[in-house]
Amino acid sequence: MATVSMTVNGKAVTGTIDPRTLLVQFLRENLRLTGTHVGCDTSQCGACVVHVDGKAIKSCTTLALSLEGASVTTIEGLAVDGSLHPMQEAFREHHGLQCGFCTPGMIMAAVDIVNRRGHALDEQTIREDLDGNICRCTGYHNIVKAIAAGAEAMGGKAKPARQAAE
Amino acid sequence: MSATGIGASVRRKEDHRFITGQGRYTDDINRPGQAHAYFLRSPHAHATINTIDTKAAAKMPGVLGIFTGDDLTADKVGGLICGWMIHNKDGSPMRAGAHPALAQGKVRYVGDHVCVIVAETLAQARDASEAIVVDYSVLPAVVDTASAAKAKTVVHAEAPDNTVFNWHLGNKDETEKAFKAAKHVTKLDIVNNRLVPNPMEPRAAVGDYDQGEGAFTLYTTSQNPHVARLVLSAFIGIAPENKLRVIAPDVGGGFGSKIFIYAEETVCVWVAKKVGRPVKWTSDRSEAFLSDAHGRDHVTHAELATDAEGKITGLRVKTTANLGAYLSTFSSSVPTYLYAPLLSGSYDIPAIYAEVDAVYTNTAPVDAYRGAGRPEATFVVERLVEVAARELGKDPAKFRMQNYIKKFPHQTPVIMMYDAGNYGAAMKKALEIIDYKGVGKRKRDSARNGKLRGIGFSSYIEACGIAPSAAVGSLGAGVGLWESAEVRVNPIGTVEVLTGSHSHGQGHETTFAQLVSDRLGIPIENVSIVHGDTDKVQMGMGTYGSRSGAVGMSAIFRAVDKVIAKGKKVAAYVLEADEADIDFADGHFKVKGTDKALDFGSCALQAYVAHKFNGQDLEPGLKEGAFYDPTNFTFPAGVHICELEIDPATGVTHIERWAAVDDFGNVINPMIVEGQVHGGIAQGVGQALLEGAKYNSDGQLVTASFMDYCMPRAGDLPSFDVGMTVTPCPSNPLGIKGCGEAGAIAAPPAVINAITDALGHEDIAMPATPQAVWRAAQKSLKRMAAE
Repeated sequence: MATVSMTVNGKAVTGTIDPRTLLVQFLRENLRLTGTHVGCDTSQCGACVVHVDGKAIKSCTTLALSLEGASVTTIEGLAVDGSLHPMQEAFREHHGLQCGFCTPGMIMAAVDIVNRRGHALDEQTIREDLDGNICRCTGYHNIVKAIAAGAEAMGGKAKPARQAAE
Repeated sequence: MSATGIGASVRRKEDHRFITGQGRYTDDINRPGQAHAYFLRSPHAHATINTIDTKAAAKMPGVLGIFTGDDLTADKVGGLICGWMIHNKDGSPMRAGAHPALAQGKVRYVGDHVCVIVAETLAQARDASEAIVVDYSVLPAVVDTASAAKAKTVVHAEAPDNTVFNWHLGNKDETEKAFKAAKHVTKLDIVNNRLVPNPMEPRAAVGDYDQGEGAFTLYTTSQNPHVARLVLSAFIGIAPENKLRVIAPDVGGGFGSKIFIYAEETVCVWVAKKVGRPVKWTSDRSEAFLSDAHGRDHVTHAELATDAEGKITGLRVKTTANLGAYLSTFSSSVPTYLYAPLLSGSYDIPAIYAEVDAVYTNTAPVDAYRGAGRPEATFVVERLVEVAARELGKDPAKFRMQNYIKKFPHQTPVIMMYDAGNYGAAMKKALEIIDYKGVGKRKRDSARNGKLRGIGFSSYIEACGIAPSAAVGSLGAGVGLWESAEVRVNPIGTVEVLTGSHSHGQGHETTFAQLVSDRLGIPIENVSIVHGDTDKVQMGMGTYGSRSGAVGMSAIFRAVDKVIAKGKKVAAYVLEADEADIDFADGHFKVKGTDKALDFGSCALQAYVAHKFNGQDLEPGLKEGAFYDPTNFTFPAGVHICELEIDPATGVTHIERWAAVDDFGNVINPMIVEGQVHGGIAQGVGQALLEGAKYNSDGQLVTASFMDYCMPRAGDLPSFDVGMTVTPCPSNPLGIKGCGEAGAIAAPPAVINAITDALGHEDIAMPATPQAVWRAAQKSLKRMAAE
C-alpha cells in the first residue's frame, strides 16, 4: 500500500491505496465521488474525464499515485456555491444528455475545449475536439449545440439562459 | 398550451442530478460489507470442460468462494429462459438447448461463463481467476450464419442441424402467383450486419441477502426490473417474488441489451447468500462486447415483383437469422414476429411470403437491439424498393408515392392492421427539407470537385406500442405486454406516479409529469415519477419497443381518469352538490352553472380528512391504479433522406444533409422526441458506415473493444433536420405512436441507398467502411472512364 495526497474539488485529501489504483478508482471508491464514470477499458469513451491542474485527462488511465500534490476537479466540483457552471446549464437547456452516463465526461471535456479554443466555437471544431468522448444516446446533435452555447456563456456574452421550465 | 403542459418542450426534471454528477447508477451503489465477483470466461468458442481446478485459487488472498455450475445445480437454481415460443412450419415447437448460468460441462462461445470468483476486492477476484486451471477439449466452432445449418459441428444436441426453427409467415401461393405474373422482378442478397449495442454504462449488479428476513435484493442495470424479478422467481428459482426485490436505479442507456435476464445478474444475487455478503459485479467493456446480447445478424435473399405500371405486386424473402450460442430472453421473437410482419413497409403489397430459419452458432447470444427485427425488415424493403425504382427507370420518391398505402385501416398480408398514417405528406415534407429539386446541381458540383454525391431514401414503418396481450399470447409470447400505473395523491395535493415503465435516458420523469400536471391542473414540480423498484411499483412490463409513451402513459392516463372520478365524488360531498353536476377543468372541481368550486389540492385534503362524507358511502383517500392493455400495435412511420459525398481517393463518406420527417402521432415533449430521433439516426448511421461485430473462423470476437469496433463519434455525423407530421394514433387515449426506435430503423437503408446512388452500382455491404467504399468507388470510376 502507498499514500497519496492531492487536492480534489478544492479540498485536501489523503488516501492509502494499492499502488495500481487508478485515479478514477480513487475518486469513486475512496472518495465516493461517483459522478466520474467508467465506460470502457481502452481510454476511448471519455466518461472518466476530469481536470488535473486545469487540463482534461482520462482518469481511467492515470495512476492515482502519479498525482501527488496535484489539483483535481471532477464534475462534482464544477458548480460553485450551488450555482451551475454555464456548461452544465447549457447541457440542460439544449437537451445535451439522455441517459446521463457520458455527461460528466462530456461536460468536463467541453469546458476543456473552451479553455483551449476560446468562446467562439464552430460546429466542426466542436465535433473534432469531441473525438475522445463517446455518447450512444444523443447522436451528438444537441451536445454540439450545448457546447457552442456553453462556450459563449462562459465568455459572458450569452443572453441570459432561458429559465428551465420545470 | 401551458409552458409545462402536453406539447411543450419542457426542460428535463432529471437533468440536474446528471449534470452535477449526482446520478445513481448501479455501480455507484455500495452495500456495507460488500464483496466483488469476477467471472472466469471461456477463451474458446466451443469446448468441453473436463475439469475445473480451483484449489490454488481458493487459497489466494481475499477469496471468499469460487462457484461453478455444479453449485447452481445443487441449489436447484434453474437455467436462463427464452420467453417466446416459436413453432416450425410443420407446427412442431422450436428446438432449444439448455442455457445454464454457469457452464455445465461445455462452453459454447468466447465469454461463456465458466465459474465465478468472489473476493474482498475486484483485484483479488481477478488475480484468483488466473490461478484457476480449466482443462478444455477444444471443439470446432460454428460461426458463419449462412452455413451454420450445414456445419458438421453441433452447438446443442437438441438441434442437430443447428436450426432452432424454420418458420414462415404470409400467403405463399398468392405470392408465387404474383411472381409468375410479374413484369419485372428485383432480386437482392442482403447481409444485415451483427452489432454490439454498447450503452455507455456497462451492465452491473449488486446482490444482497438479508438473513433475518430471508429476502434478496438485486440492484441491476435493467430496462424492466419487474420482468427480471418474475423470471428470477418463477423460472430460475432464486426466491419467491415476495422475497426478491429488484431495483433498477439510474440506468445508463439500454437500447434493448438491458431487457434480458443474464447469467451474471442471476449469479450475483444467488451468490450473495452463499457468501453471506453483498456482492457486486460490474462488467468492463471487454466483457460487455463478449457477453451482452448482440443485435441483427441476418442473411437474406429478397425479391420484389412489379407489374407493367410499376405497381408492387409481391414480395418474398428467405432469411437466416443467427441467434448465437443460446436463446436469450426474447431472441426468438426478433427475426419472426418483430420482423416479417413489417415486410409490407409503407406499401400496398397484396402478396408477401417470408421464410425464416434461425440458427445456433458459437457466438454471443443475439437478441433485441434498438428496433429489433424492424430495422432488418425495413432494410430489406427499402433496398428492394430503391433498386426496383432504379431498374425501372423511375424516380425513387415517385415510385414510393405510387405504391404507398393511402387508405386506412389497411390490412397487410402479414398480420398487421395499420390504423392511421399519411406517408405521402411525410415524403413531400422531406423532399422540401432536403431541397430535392437542387440535388442534380449539387451532384454536378461534387463531380467537378472529384467527389461522388448520392441521395438515398428510406420510407420506414414500425410496429410499436408493444403490445396487445391476447395478440402476442396467440403468437407465442410467455407474458402479456400491458403496463401498470398508480397515481397517489397526497393530502396536500402533490402527486406520486408509480409506473411499470423504466427510464434510462428517455426522460419519463419529465414527460410523464407533463401529462399528469396538464390533466390535473397542478404545477409540474408537484408531480414525482417513481419507477424501477419492485417494492414500490408492484408490477410492470418495462421499457422497450417504443412502448412507454403509447402503453405506459396510457396506463397513467387511465389512472388519472379514476382519480378525477373519485375527486368528483369527494367534491360533490364538500360542495353539497350532485356528483353528476361536478365538472373538472383547470385544476378545479366546479358545480355546473354556479361559482362553487374546489381546487384539486383542497379536494385531496378533503379526501384524506374525510370529515365531509360517510366513510361507508365513500372510501377515504385519493389513490388509483390502472392496467392498460393496448388494443393494437401503433404504427409510427416516416421518410428519412440522406445526402452524402464520397471521396473516391480515400473512400471516406461524408454525410452532407439529413432530412427526417416522422409521424409519431401526438407528441408530449418535442425536444425529447427530437432527441430520440437524433440518437436513433446515429445508431443507424453507425450500422451503415462504421459498426460490425466480427468473429474469426475460430469464433474469436476480433472486434471486442472500442479500439476495434467503430462507434459513431461526433465527427462522423452531421446535424439533422428533423420535421414531423401528425396523424394521431386511434388506438390509445393519448394518440401516441412511439419514437424511440425510428431513427435506428430508418437510417441504414437511407445511407446505403445514397452510397449506391453515388457509386452507380449496388455492390456495397454494411458497414460501408472507407476501405469498402474505396474499392467500390474504383469500380465506379473505371466504368465512368469507359463511358
